[in-house]
Order: sequence, then structure tokens, then C-alpha cells
Amino acid sequence: MGVYSKPALFALLSVVLILVGTFVTTILPIYLPTTQPVSSYIKPYTAVELEGRDIYIREGCNNCHTQTVRPLRTEVARYGEYSKPEEFAYDRPHLWGSRRTGPDLARVGGKYPDSWHYQHLYDPASISPVSNMPAYGWLAGRRLDTGYTFRKVSVLGYGYTRQEVEQQIAAYMERVTAPDYAARDVRNRVTPPELRDTLTEMDALVAYLQKLGRDVKELEKSRRAAMLDKTIGMSEVR
Amino acid sequence: MRESVQDYSVVRGFAYSALFWLVIGLVVGLWLAAEMFYPKLNLTPWLSFGRLRVVHTNGLAFGFALAGIFSCTYYMLQRLTRTPIVFPRLAKFHLYLFNAAIALAALSLFAGMNTSKEYAELEWPLDVVVVIMWVVFAVNVFATLARRREKQMYISLWYIIAMTVTVAVLYIVNNLSVPVNLFKSYPIYAGVNDANVQWWYGHNAVGFVFTVPILAMFYYFLPKTVNLPIYSHRLSIISFWSLVFAYLWTGAHHLMLTPVPEWIQTVAIAFSIFLIAPSWGSVVNGYYTMRGNWELMKTNYLTKFFIVGITFYGLQTIQGPTQGLRTLTAFFHYTDYVVGHVHMGTMGWVTMIISAALYYMIQEMNKTEVFSVRLANLHFYLILAGQLLYTVTMWIAGIQQGAMWKATNPDGSLTYSFIETVASLYPYWKIRFAGGLVYFLGIVVFIYNFIMTGRASKRTALDAGMKTA
Repeated sequence: MGVYSKPALFALLSVVLILVGTFVTTILPIYLPTTQPVSSYIKPYTAVELEGRDIYIREGCNNCHTQTVRPLRTEVARYGEYSKPEEFAYDRPHLWGSRRTGPDLARVGGKYPDSWHYQHLYDPASISPVSNMPAYGWLAGRRLDTGYTFRKVSVLGYGYTRQEVEQQIAAYMERVTAPDYAARDVRNRVTPPELRDTLTEMDALVAYLQKLGRDVKELEKSRRAAMLDKTIGMSEVR
Repeated sequence: MRESVQDYSVVRGFAYSALFWLVIGLVVGLWLAAEMFYPKLNLTPWLSFGRLRVVHTNGLAFGFALAGIFSCTYYMLQRLTRTPIVFPRLAKFHLYLFNAAIALAALSLFAGMNTSKEYAELEWPLDVVVVIMWVVFAVNVFATLARRREKQMYISLWYIIAMTVTVAVLYIVNNLSVPVNLFKSYPIYAGVNDANVQWWYGHNAVGFVFTVPILAMFYYFLPKTVNLPIYSHRLSIISFWSLVFAYLWTGAHHLMLTPVPEWIQTVAIAFSIFLIAPSWGSVVNGYYTMRGNWELMKTNYLTKFFIVGITFYGLQTIQGPTQGLRTLTAFFHYTDYVVGHVHMGTMGWVTMIISAALYYMIQEMNKTEVFSVRLANLHFYLILAGQLLYTVTMWIAGIQQGAMWKATNPDGSLTYSFIETVASLYPYWKIRFAGGLVYFLGIVVFIYNFIMTGRASKRTALDAGMKTA
């Protein structure tokens, strides 16, 4: 048999064979509309949320938390509306994960107040005594590095100008350092005094966690409202 | 022809590198296993589970398994072509570059430089180093093949060629990214496409690192050990080409019921089921090679490593496709069941074959006998028992958590909160740690036995030299 005595031809044949499946299942889909639908409801991450997402990546949170709700009855009951392709348009990389040592986080945004997240990140066992999540209190002791934030959003093509990035950072800092910030007590408790007036890595991570699934929840709310209008309208006709 | 022309220094170098990274990877694994039920062990940021887990997976997949694969490849390549490595100094450079890359990889992952893509976590500068390293390796593979003195290429060489070209394609395509700075980059793919490309890579990294080169070892070292030819050449041809063709279609079985287009998931299921055939082609070929000589399982200590190893490969390749079916994935996915599955493959198949191949090679290269057959047997039974304790425990844990996640009350509400399902797993996590510990002891015995075999031969060679002098 010829090919078994011709290494170069053998290698070429192998490459052709592996590229068939590769092309059909991964390259072709990149150019199909079904893998990248767009929804005006899904907004890119703000500068601070993006920095929080990068801390989530750095700490490998995706090793224990998934970010995809599957279309299964018990899963929707546990986490909320199942995940749709358009939700991930701004996710580079995706963070779907492969193991749920902790719960799925795709719908965690808005589920708990900021204060809950500060307390939980600082000491998970203080909220769930049997939790095996590592404590991340040290994130509150690290000032958020925003030196590359503009470059990051530019690479990702979010379309913010440098001023907008600075405004977003300043606005979020104002929010969490304001005297009337709802999570002020717990934030001050977990944050060292010298960092209380600035943004920490924990602030950014909380911002990111509160973003997860928020757009979808807004979409659901508006749909429900539209449906309600319709039924009210119909009863008026009747 | 003179065998001594062949250059084994790089084979030895990679063998000892494999053992070094094996110990590091397993110690990290044990630490992680303990963190699962004793979270206080997350002592520092770099010891926290999220960072440490990637050190474990990369350390063992790329530090240990890949070093073992390079060691065996340089050995098989020279034997099967009856030609010494064409560029021995390049091979030496490969050895140093490999160890430097793995060390830097471990340090960077400890530091949290992590792309988050499973088994492709290294940041872009290290990706560049890995690609250079792979090219250096491929140059020697193809140069040696081109200069071979054996016209026909034996089965193992097919698998080596397939690995060499496919890993390059997989690694480059999945790691395409745009750098932000030296330590941070974003992939060129977004959302659904990023997930789809990632698991095409993730699954085929398993295919072309944990399967294809390990089969190359199996097809070479089993016949050598038992001194019998492979049962069917035709079966090995069919198995090879269908495996190489079908593997690339199956990545999306890691993404069942996610927003990835349904047809990609369905195609992945179909090809996953199909893959049972070529996988079992190799299993059957191995079993039939033993026809009429099964007493070797008792009389030849190495035989059982290969036969039990290929048996776990057979079990693995049935369990994998079944747990990818939609109804079963709905139940098992995201639980410890999958963790058990992976560890049967790595602890039961990959390590069994690599350690037996290393035993075989050190004896051949040093022209000596193994230091202790009894220790080799102890090594075998310890890693077998440790692996079974580990995997069976994880399967049960997975079934339990899957059932608890799905449990509903008569009114349709969920029976268990998430944290209740976590609490129920603590006993399993402790047993898993015990399994890992038993397995680790087996590896310690293996390394001791291997090093003593290498040393003993040095001493006998020295003695022989003194006697003739």
C-alpha cells in the first residue's frame, strides 16, 4: 500500500481528513447567522463590569460556576430563563464552564443586593456554612488597575471613547463611595480604610456579577408588560 | 546493524521530565481534592481552587502526558525507522524548551494569567513558545521518517504522524487572539462561536494527546512485551482512518443543550456514537493479539498494564458517547460524573500505558532488568485500586447530585436548594481524596522502581567495565 510508505502524503491525507469535520462543525458555523444573532436588548459590558469579568477569569471562577441555563424545567425553575445565543455577543471569551461545583451564575444579576455579594465574597461560609467556596476577601485589598481598560474595550470593539471609559469608571466609583450607597456598611467593613474612597477589584467583580443576566431580565419584563397591554386592550374591545 | 547508533539521551530526558511533572501535578491534584471538603486550604490567592485547578490539568496533560509521549515517540521513531534522530541537538533543545515552557506555564497560571479556555489556558506569549516547541518536534519526526531505513511505516508511526499534524492545527486555531498587553489577550471568537471552537479543541486535545499517541504506544509496546504480532493489520487500518476522521466532529457533545445550534449538537452525538467502532477496533485488536496466550497476564508483569489499560480505554469510549446523549447529558452534565469519566481515562488508560512503556524502554535502553517485579506489581495494583475508588465514587456522587438537581415536589417546586446538593457530596469528596492518595502511593512506588532500574544498570555497566579493564 503506497500511503504507508510515504510519510508526507500520509500527513497530508491526515490533515485533509481532520479538516472535513473541523470545517463543517466549527469554521462554517462562524459564518452562519444562527451563531451570532444580535439583540438590541443585550448591551456590552461597561468598563468596570469588563474589569470585573477579567478578575472572574483571572481567578478561574469558571472552573466551578457555569454561565448557561439549559432549557430544562428544573433548571429554569432554579436559575431563570434559559440561555439564548444573542446573550453572548459580547463575551470574549465565553464563560460557560463545564462543572457546577457552585451554582450557575447566568442569571445572578439583580438576584441579591450588592451588600450580599460583598459579604459572600468576603466570607462565603458566613452566608452558607457548608459552602466550600474559597474566601475572596483579599480582592477588596487590591486597588482596581484601570491602566489598560480603554485598550481592552477597544480590542473588544465596544465602541466607547476614552472619555466614556473614564466617565464610566468615575461614575461607578462615585456610586460605591457615596454616603447613601446601600452596601456602604459591608463594603467599608471588608475594604481597608485606605481603599474605601477608590475602586477595588471586589467592587469591579460585584459590578460584573450584577450585570449577569440583567439584560435578559429587562427583556422579559418589557415582554410581560407588552403582553399585559395586549390583554388589557383586548378586554377593552370586548 | 548497530543499535547503539541510536540516541536515547532525549528519550531518558523526557522520561524523567514526565515523572517530575507527574509528581507536581498529582500533589496539586491532592491539594485540590482536599480543598473540596476543607476550603480553608485556599490559603493564598495562588493556592485558591480556581487558579490551582488549571495548574493540575495543564501540569498533568502537558507536563506529564506530553513528556511521556515525547519520550516514547523519540524511542519508537528510532526503532521503527531503524534510523537515529536526524537532528539530535535540536531534540535536546526541544527537551529544554519543553521543560522551560511547562515551568513558565505553571508559574503564569499560579499568577492568574489565564485565558479561561479549558486546556488552552496559557496566555499568548506562552502559546507562541508552545508552537515553536511543536515545530521543533515535528521537524525531527518528519526528517527521521524521511531518512528511515524501514520502507513500510508501522501502525504506531501513523498515530504519531496524525498527532503531530492535528495538535498543531487544534492549538493554533483555538488560541487565535488579540493581545491587550504581554499578559492578557482576548480570543478572536465571541460567545457561541468561542464555545464551539473551544470544545472542538477541548475534545480533540483529549483525542490527539490522550488517545492517538497512547494508541501508538499500545500498538508498539504490547506486541514487543508479549512477543506476538498485532492480530489484524486490516483492522488497525480501518480503526486508524475512521478514528482520525470522526474525532473532529464530536466537540459539541460537551455543549449539549447550550445555545450552540442544535444541528451541531446532533452531528456531534452521531459521530460520538460512531467513534465507539474505531475505538473498539483497537481494543479488540489488542485482546485478539493475546489469543491463546492469556497466561502472560500472570507470568509477564508488564502485560497486565497494557491489557487493563486498553480495557479502561474501551470502557471510556463507551461511557463518553453515552453520557453525551441528550437525555443523559441533561442528567449528568456539570456533575462529578464527568470528573469521574475523565479520571478513568487519565488514571486508568493514559498512565497505565505510559508507565508500562517507560518500564519497557528503560530496560531496553540500559540493557537491564527491572529493579523489582514485585514493586511493579504493587505499583499496578495501587494505581488500579486508587483509580477505581476515585472514579466509582465520582460516578455515584454525580448520579446523586444530578438526581437532587432534578428532584421536584408534588407541586412542581424544587426539592433541594443548591447548597443542600453541595452538602450531600462531602463524604464522596473525602473518599475521592483517599482514592487519589492510594493512586499517588502507587506512582511513588513506580518512580522509585524506575529510578532504581536506571541506577542499577549504571552500576552493572560500571562493574562490567571494571572487570574488563
